[in-house]
Amino acid sequence: MSILVNENTTFIVQGITGREAVNLTRECLDYGKGAKVVGGVTPGRLGREVHGVPVFDTVAQAVAHHGSPIDGSVVTVPPAFTKDAVFEAIENGIKLIVIVTERIPRRDVAQMVELATLRGARIIGPNCLGIIVPDVVKMGGIGGPAKDAAKSYTPGSVGVISRSGGMTTEMSSTLTAAGLGQSTAVSIGGDAIIGSSYAELMPLFEADEQTEAIVIYTEPGGRMEAELAKWVTDNNSRLPIVAFMAGRFMDEMPGMSFGHAGTIVEGKEDTATEKIARLAEAGIVVAEEIAEIPELVKQAIAKRKG
Amino acid sequence: MRFFEYEAREIVKRAGIPVTDFGFTRDAAEAKEIAARIGGPTVIKSQVLSGGRMKAGGVQFADTPEEAQTHAENVLKLEINGQMPRGILVDPKADIDQEFYVGVVWDGTAKQPVIIFSPVGGIDIEQVAEEQPDKVGRRHFSNILPFSDYIAKEVIASTGVTGSDLNKLVPIVTKLAKLFVEKDMTLAEINPLGKLKDGSFVALDAHMDMENEARGRHKALLADLGVADEETREAREATPFEIAGEAVDAMDHRGVAGNVTEFDGNLGLVIGAGGGSLTLFDAVRAQGGDPANYCEIGGNPSVNKACGLAKLVLQKPGVDKIAVMMSIVSNTRVDIVARGVIKACLELNMDPAEKIAIFRIPGAWEDEGFLILDKYGVEYADRSVSLHEAARRAVEKIGAAA
Repeated sequence: MSILVNENTTFIVQGITGREAVNLTRECLDYGKGAKVVGGVTPGRLGREVHGVPVFDTVAQAVAHHGSPIDGSVVTVPPAFTKDAVFEAIENGIKLIVIVTERIPRRDVAQMVELATLRGARIIGPNCLGIIVPDVVKMGGIGGPAKDAAKSYTPGSVGVISRSGGMTTEMSSTLTAAGLGQSTAVSIGGDAIIGSSYAELMPLFEADEQTEAIVIYTEPGGRMEAELAKWVTDNNSRLPIVAFMAGRFMDEMPGMSFGHAGTIVEGKEDTATEKIARLAEAGIVVAEEIAEIPELVKQAIAKRKG
Repeated sequence: MRFFEYEAREIVKRAGIPVTDFGFTRDAAEAKEIAARIGGPTVIKSQVLSGGRMKAGGVQFADTPEEAQTHAENVLKLEINGQMPRGILVDPKADIDQEFYVGVVWDGTAKQPVIIFSPVGGIDIEQVAEEQPDKVGRRHFSNILPFSDYIAKEVIASTGVTGSDLNKLVPIVTKLAKLFVEKDMTLAEINPLGKLKDGSFVALDAHMDMENEARGRHKALLADLGVADEETREAREATPFEIAGEAVDAMDHRGVAGNVTEFDGNLGLVIGAGGGSLTLFDAVRAQGGDPANYCEIGGNPSVNKACGLAKLVLQKPGVDKIAVMMSIVSNTRVDIVARGVIKACLELNMDPAEKIAIFRIPGAWEDEGFLILDKYGVEYADRSVSLHEAARRAVEKIGAAA
């Protein structure tokens, strides 16, 4: 099993004719069992094709062409147009939206997320690489071209959630090298406000029988780790979690932002030190190095089973 | 992007919130004129982005225009936490009955803005929240529904404020909430919001941060305030090295090779991507290394940009070697970064094999990249070498060089 997507998931790519989107579409079609990319949208480009995928002017046209509701959309349009594209997707019945675009102002993100919540849709991102179910399907640029993704990701029992797209692959590759496959890996995005936080994805992993442990990549900034720690405690989660915290040096530099837009330390609770303490209180193991993660995961799984 | 107090007050004023009759100047003689115009006692406030002005002596009280000039001269010369003031603000010393607090920030967990209000102002709101939690009201509001006055009324009333104070505060809090949204602020704060002896309210200090990503939407406002495009307005001003890094990144629109921050060590870093850079910077320090800089490569930059960034770092005084390291790349091409950093060494008449302590970038087009590195004798590593191990090797080499 997997969370969010499986081999039957249908999706479109909004902004499909852009350079990166063309590559992303190729990668998704090639990977695993081949993603069901049922259309693309770029206004004014109706009638074209991208790697055999038909291009439409509107999401409504794509849905009409498909003949039944479409599950998802990967949004790759420039920041100034992203809110409109996401509203269009949501209002045309799409329930899973992966926003790749970076540098979208928070106000727009918050509006998209609030509308999604009202309509029962879910947003992953923005500023993310998407979702991958090893050897089955990927939705987004995660892992890169199919042959590269195959080097890093293998099927297995570890759920991966990461605020960094590149580190999703780095951690998964490290797990794979140690014989630990992944159930689903989700790049949730590096912005201050994102559609789905760790705590919001945990219920899905909790309900997924294949998943036996969770690995997360975290950074300074925001309260997302505190939210996760609370969720784990409140719900008596069955899943052991191993976390890696990057950007510890930022604690000495309040008010500065590094790496991702969401990393700025604005208060004591945002610091790496404070977050590590919160995670540890909830029984979440914090690794000092990426290379330690596989062993910590194995120990944690053995402990739960023991 | 942080605003100076005098700019923040101007923004508040434009939103229709009452402010004192303050004046901004970079000149002590003009401070005297402003004080004379105001008449009566004044406050001279240093305009720096850093906090802790009061403690550092950057806020002075004057009874006469002459005294205002003397204080202005001193405050203009006073460095606060490494920053020279942009100028000074001359403010009437208001006759205050009570100080209130109102602020609006984003709540990343609720994913909505939240208004924070307190009838206890003038001090740090976190301190009030700790000591008198019943005196701090919080109220989220929708991103989609239009803002309505009752939201402001509810948060004010929740702290026990009633009567004419409540009715006078509602429009101020409403205007601040609307300003926060319309101007893409990440923080909009009035502290203190003063209640004068005559029962009216006036903003006595304001703190505004605008989201960097939204600056393009507010060009007119920023131009009006005289904020230049190149002003980053982070917690400290950008150094010449950092500004040069921005210029490298602006060479073309392909990918990122920038986000440079200056440190004073001997190991130059050419690292990426976002999360990888954070991890690698920590890793270098954990191994006892002393980074000369932070930076980020990502999104498949051109050879020229990778070269430009590497040159900048290689030429930084005190840099002995550079370490070129990234987390596994799927979009950025390994061979392009390899070509860029080797080109940088060659153009500076440096030996790549000696200057590049390690090259650890696995992923897309790695075989092609490793071939190039082989040719120049540069030590490289694939994904079997962890980020921390790569950092350790780089630090070990530079240790041997020193």
